[in-house]
Amino acid sequence: MTKSKMTSRMRTRPGIAVFLLFGCCAFGFAQEQEKENQGSKETRVGDLTGHAASGKALYRRYCISCHGAHGDGAGESAPQLDPKPRDFTKATFKCRSTPSGTLPTDTDLYETISRGIFNSNMPPWRPLTREQRVDLIAFVKTFSSRFQEEKPGVPLSTPPEPATSAASVQRGAQLFQDMNCWSCHGKEGRGNGPSAVTLTDNKGNPIHPFDFTTGTRMKCGEGGPTIFRDLMTGLDGTPMPSFADALNTDQAWDLVHFIESLSAASNKGFFARLAAKNE
Amino acid sequence: MNMTSLKFGATRIAALGLLLAAIQPAYGIPAFARKYGLRCSDCHEAWPKLNNFGQTFKDNGYQLMTGRDAPIFQQAAYFPMMFRSMPFWHRESDNRVPTDIVPGNPSSGQMESTVTTSGFDITGVDIWTAGTLYKNISFAVEPDIDSSGKAHLITYFVRFDNLLGSRWLNLKVGKFELDTLISEDRELFLSNQGGFYQSYHFTPIGDRTSFGLGDHQLGAELLGHSIDGHTRYSLSILNSNDGQVGSAVNSYDVYGDFTQGFEVPKLGLQRVGAYAYVGERPTFFQTSNGAPITGTGMGNRSFSRTGVYGLWYAGKFDLSTFYLHGADNVFLGNGVQANQPFALPPGAAGPTWNGGFAELHYTYNPQLILLSKFETVQMSRQANPAIRRNLGDVRVWTVGYRWYPIMSPRAGLAWHQEYARTLTTGTAPLTGRDDTSSSYLMGFDFDF
Repeated sequence: MTKSKMTSRMRTRPGIAVFLLFGCCAFGFAQEQEKENQGSKETRVGDLTGHAASGKALYRRYCISCHGAHGDGAGESAPQLDPKPRDFTKATFKCRSTPSGTLPTDTDLYETISRGIFNSNMPPWRPLTREQRVDLIAFVKTFSSRFQEEKPGVPLSTPPEPATSAASVQRGAQLFQDMNCWSCHGKEGRGNGPSAVTLTDNKGNPIHPFDFTTGTRMKCGEGGPTIFRDLMTGLDGTPMPSFADALNTDQAWDLVHFIESLSAASNKGFFARLAAKNE
Repeated sequence: MNMTSLKFGATRIAALGLLLAAIQPAYGIPAFARKYGLRCSDCHEAWPKLNNFGQTFKDNGYQLMTGRDAPIFQQAAYFPMMFRSMPFWHRESDNRVPTDIVPGNPSSGQMESTVTTSGFDITGVDIWTAGTLYKNISFAVEPDIDSSGKAHLITYFVRFDNLLGSRWLNLKVGKFELDTLISEDRELFLSNQGGFYQSYHFTPIGDRTSFGLGDHQLGAELLGHSIDGHTRYSLSILNSNDGQVGSAVNSYDVYGDFTQGFEVPKLGLQRVGAYAYVGERPTFFQTSNGAPITGTGMGNRSFSRTGVYGLWYAGKFDLSTFYLHGADNVFLGNGVQANQPFALPPGAAGPTWNGGFAELHYTYNPQLILLSKFETVQMSRQANPAIRRNLGDVRVWTVGYRWYPIMSPRAGLAWHQEYARTLTTGTAPLTGRDDTSSSYLMGFDFDF
């Protein structure tokens, strides 16, 4: 070996050492993060099987900043968020097809992740693959023992929606009055009823009634059947109760039609809404 | 270097390693994280490279579509701004630098030598401000201050999102990066040799075409996408001047990109895409005292860049593959005015070339990503047949990793190490031999 080659090799050694040393350090610290408890639960949505172990990595990437490492809704961003992120340890979920107080189905959770919670910081996660979303559900369910001890409630059926008519909207308006919906949602459905400022969720955090005039997208989805379902199941963890025992099917649809009429002016495209605003 | 200095160096390295070890891990991204409370890992495989969620967020006009995207929902103190910078140490080497045989004596003649330099440096500062002006109206302004303190306006656009209530109609006007899912702005490599895509900027030797796929262009872009971001298209009309501001043009270029993603069980989202850029450049100008007058270009001749790409995922591995075919008009390729065809060399032809790269990542977790890339560009036809066919061919190998010890919703810090080596065929200035250059870089890449 010539002297110049030896010198060249000596020069490169510190570089290689630095590269390897820092690489090993980084790998070591990253590995510490990987060693946390691994879930092993599975869940099924349609033809897909979700694995909690896979969901854990996804949770760490996508969910942890709001819902927290322990799923208790105390992530580092939680103090700035309104409404507060869901506390998975309580297994209480707003958007369900099951009766109030029961666990949601896996499909309910899948649809919530896919659709997001409108007018909150929970975005739609459709850009994730279907498999990833089901994996996430499997992991989210590991935060509460309820999912091992109880079965989900039996989903409520949604009967076919009757045609909207002026009469049904009028009947719905009367129900809106009689059922005291206005005390939270306001006379015009703007979420500014007299009780609105006093409302809190099941963790004592202030919570705002939905403003029906903002559009047809509700927290748990869009369209009449969604509103019907929300009326019947309630939004657990919020002051919005289930009206399954208070309303019959026809009354519920009347109320749905009235609520939809409140947002009719917003049920348009961008230019139409802009024009409506300028009128 | 003696053993004592080696040991001293190792001690300092170990101390720095321990200092890094003391940093408590966290997660996050600055500008949009402050707005939405999301971590950087939500939108990035490893910042700045976007994942599909982040790409869809970008395609939605920096909107999560939660109903709270308009700025009115933010606290008055919120300002959508991010700074990114990087202090680093690097070593650069080139084995074919023409040097005076006797240093300081130009008359002693020249020889090719290996020149190696090293030292601490800074990248300058990227200032990125972007967000929404109103629901479904978004913007971005990106001034960049280079390491000498000189400012450049990299990006500047306003975008009208979801026109007619459709995700398939989004109109952007201004200066922006061409729409591609393999963004050079979001390249994970940073060194002089590895920190850009050769294919995006390659021009054959002697060619006069001023264009780079990676250059930000001036114009208007129509983009559409499906709700999950799996299907995307974009169509742009652009000034024929490679994004130079303050100068008029007499023709326009067209760029289009289409990509389709598909889910593969157990592997994740895979993507294929195709793109084409067709443009013109003037071969001469009207002049004043010999100086060209901008906007008076004449004798326009065409060029094109077309190709396909793919993004492949398998567990923690992801592979980006890219292919490009370039073709320039014979006048552009030979640097000859179109009104002087007699100046073309005998047998002159439009130059063509093929380029591409494969970039492999291993994302151990959101805090550590291992990187590697191989890229090559090869001439298939020279503009002047007298030139050897492989003159200017390029091959680049790059390896590295990025570790993110800090990712909070307010700031991010990455420790970055990288080595890149470039081999260029026949470009040694004195001997015409192959030229080899290398870069080694390590530093702290941070944004806040």
